[in-house]
Amino acid sequence: MDFIVSKVRLGKKETREFERGRMATKTDTIQSLVDREYKWGFVTDIEADTVPPGLDEDVIRLISAKKEEPAFMLDWRLNAYRHWASLEQAEAEPKWANVHYPAIDYESIVYYSAPKTKDRPKSLEEVDPELLRTYEKLGIPLQERAILSGVAIDAVFDSVSVATTFREKLAELGIIFCSFSEAAREHPDLVQKYLGSVVPYTDNFFASLNSAVFSDGSFVYVPKGVRCPMELSTYFRINAQNTGQFERTLIIADEGAYVSYLEGCTAPMRDENQLHAAVVELIAHDDATIKYSTVQNWYPGDKEGKGGIYNFVTKRGKCLGKNSKISWTQVETGSAITWKYPSCILQGDNSIGEFYSVALTNNYQQADTGTKMIHIGKNTRSTIVSKGISAGHGQNTYRGMVKILKGAEGARNYSQCDSLLLGDKCGAHTFPYLEVKNSTAQVEHEATTSKIGEDQIFYFRQRGLSSEDAVSMIVNGFCKQVFRELPMEFAVEAQKLLGVSLEGSVG
Amino acid sequence: MKISDCRFPIDHGVEIPQSENLKSAIGNSFGGTMLEIRNLHASVDKNEILRGINLTVNAGEVHAIMGPNGSGKSTLAHVLAGREGYEISQGEVIYDGKDLLGMLPEERAREGLFLAFQYPVEIAGVSNMYFLRAALNAIRKHRGLDELDAMDFLKMVREKIKLLEMDETLMNRPVNEGFSGGEKKRNEMFQMEVLEPKLAILDETDSGLDIDALRTVADGINRLRNPGRAIILVTHYQRLLNYVVPDYVHVLSEGRIVKSGGKELAHELEEKGYVWLEESGEPAKSGVSLR
Repeated sequence: MDFIVSKVRLGKKETREFERGRMATKTDTIQSLVDREYKWGFVTDIEADTVPPGLDEDVIRLISAKKEEPAFMLDWRLNAYRHWASLEQAEAEPKWANVHYPAIDYESIVYYSAPKTKDRPKSLEEVDPELLRTYEKLGIPLQERAILSGVAIDAVFDSVSVATTFREKLAELGIIFCSFSEAAREHPDLVQKYLGSVVPYTDNFFASLNSAVFSDGSFVYVPKGVRCPMELSTYFRINAQNTGQFERTLIIADEGAYVSYLEGCTAPMRDENQLHAAVVELIAHDDATIKYSTVQNWYPGDKEGKGGIYNFVTKRGKCLGKNSKISWTQVETGSAITWKYPSCILQGDNSIGEFYSVALTNNYQQADTGTKMIHIGKNTRSTIVSKGISAGHGQNTYRGMVKILKGAEGARNYSQCDSLLLGDKCGAHTFPYLEVKNSTAQVEHEATTSKIGEDQIFYFRQRGLSSEDAVSMIVNGFCKQVFRELPMEFAVEAQKLLGVSLEGSVG
Repeated sequence: MKISDCRFPIDHGVEIPQSENLKSAIGNSFGGTMLEIRNLHASVDKNEILRGINLTVNAGEVHAIMGPNGSGKSTLAHVLAGREGYEISQGEVIYDGKDLLGMLPEERAREGLFLAFQYPVEIAGVSNMYFLRAALNAIRKHRGLDELDAMDFLKMVREKIKLLEMDETLMNRPVNEGFSGGEKKRNEMFQMEVLEPKLAILDETDSGLDIDALRTVADGINRLRNPGRAIILVTHYQRLLNYVVPDYVHVLSEGRIVKSGGKELAHELEEKGYVWLEESGEPAKSGVSLR
């Protein structure tokens, strides 16, 4: 069974800058290196409502019925399913990525799993205590007490929303922040208008599959001129065995709105691979800004490459209006395989797209990740900063496309793509694609590859620092440019994660 | 002569005043044994480079180790610092009463052993300031002292930066990245002054320096001379020894110390070259023979 936790965090801009300064010179976080296990690998024992493995139209109908969805949703899912089935028949699963894995048996996957509850809980008191303990273990405070200290949570357990806080405060501003299922029931007009408008169900194999079966996810709508005063966040977790995780997130920032959204992910350790195929769609109207940050820590598999999550995700944002901005920041440390290209369609004039990424592959992990920046409007700008770290037998690929269409007068792109290698059995690969159809465009691409050498590590050790400290400091220094785009809490978590994920890659 | 009773205690929480009178005391051994190398043999890929080194260095002393290229000078410095890749087949090294060879490189450093590198490496993305503070705090922690926060650290280093005539902007740049040869060497001296080692080993710190830089670096070394600290200068040329006058000079040849003497030995080498010694054969029992 899978569950999703969403939380809201109060923005604390002023203190953040200060704390960030402190953090940059603090080595305490590296202490967590001592903690060398994948500590999110536990399983929650909770009764689940699960459909049998395999996929057909009946399963889709069942999912839609369980979610009490309006008719348009079922139709959309069925269309998606039929499209996906035709692709599957044609063996049209994408094969171009620089990743290798045995064929996935889509009939063995469970497409819906939810925790058994009699009714949808109305408050925290009605939530299964086992579930609350799980969140506790994951370091996500769920209680109202925690909210008072600045963190509020909207928890969705196994596809069903179980607890929401800070909702009223957001509602006062007209902001909608809820689970996708709820949005489909309570705001069908918005969902119908925007669902699939950035990633249509025909987009690609995994997006089609997601469109057919997605269980839940988050929905955010920020109305005209509203600056969302808190960071909205969702926490994803895969718990059940043999289950695919298919969530869908839809974020709409209306004219002049601003929202910052964070997502985090973990999963239990299991020997078999599990499929995670999510879709995220962002829409920014005139003068709106959406900032989307991810810290992905799905179970990466063991040292021999057994098990782990296949993270096949489609994320795309549309800068629909003029002067709009969409910024993606991702720290990808988990998953056996990552296949993911958070992209921006820069349609509005003067719109801005950004992509900041750290992708780490250790042991037998593989990552093929990057972005697409599609410049359509005039004077559109995009920035790409990609940092790939490979250790062990890890294979890390950056794949990025910058496309400047004919009408994109004065478009500019800057791409920087750096690779860091630890050891001599890993690999770094870079595939930048540039397609420029307007002669006024300026496109820059910079790339570097470096290696943490024995000489460097010895230099640190001779000054009294351990090998682990050396690697952490070098890696964190390498990633600084990306980390500073993350909200404070996430930046610290990301630093810690890199330390843990690199465990055993030295010496 | 082992005068362990009059060894000066090293308390790094307290500034030890540097006395001008120190220079007049050169030649006398102040403290107890800081380092004792006994019959040290080390090889790389079965190729023996150190073939039985014997050397005793007491606290308060400055020793110069000279010798032609390939004589094993840098290998000795690296083996003492604990660099991997050397096989120690025989011998032992006692540092400050402890078995040095049984310690990890970082443990040696935390115990006060400092190596100024001949070729300091560049470390992208890690600022000089951050790096040095982390190093200092690792050492302070080991000694049971409080770690310094950024403000205290800055206050402490500002003065030392000035003394070394370093450009303060170098502090915020990544460690050694884009530094000139001279800046790298000054940075090594700067780190040494901040970390206040008990035993400093300077590997060819004078190489590649112009005369002004050489003087600044030498001033730094002289500032560090004190009764509780020992310094080993590994150098090919006599030049540095004009500014940092050693208590003892040893000549290394083919992995052995073939001659030891006072500061005048360096001048003799300058005049006659190393060939003179290699021809005379007879390996000396260095260090010990002087006592």
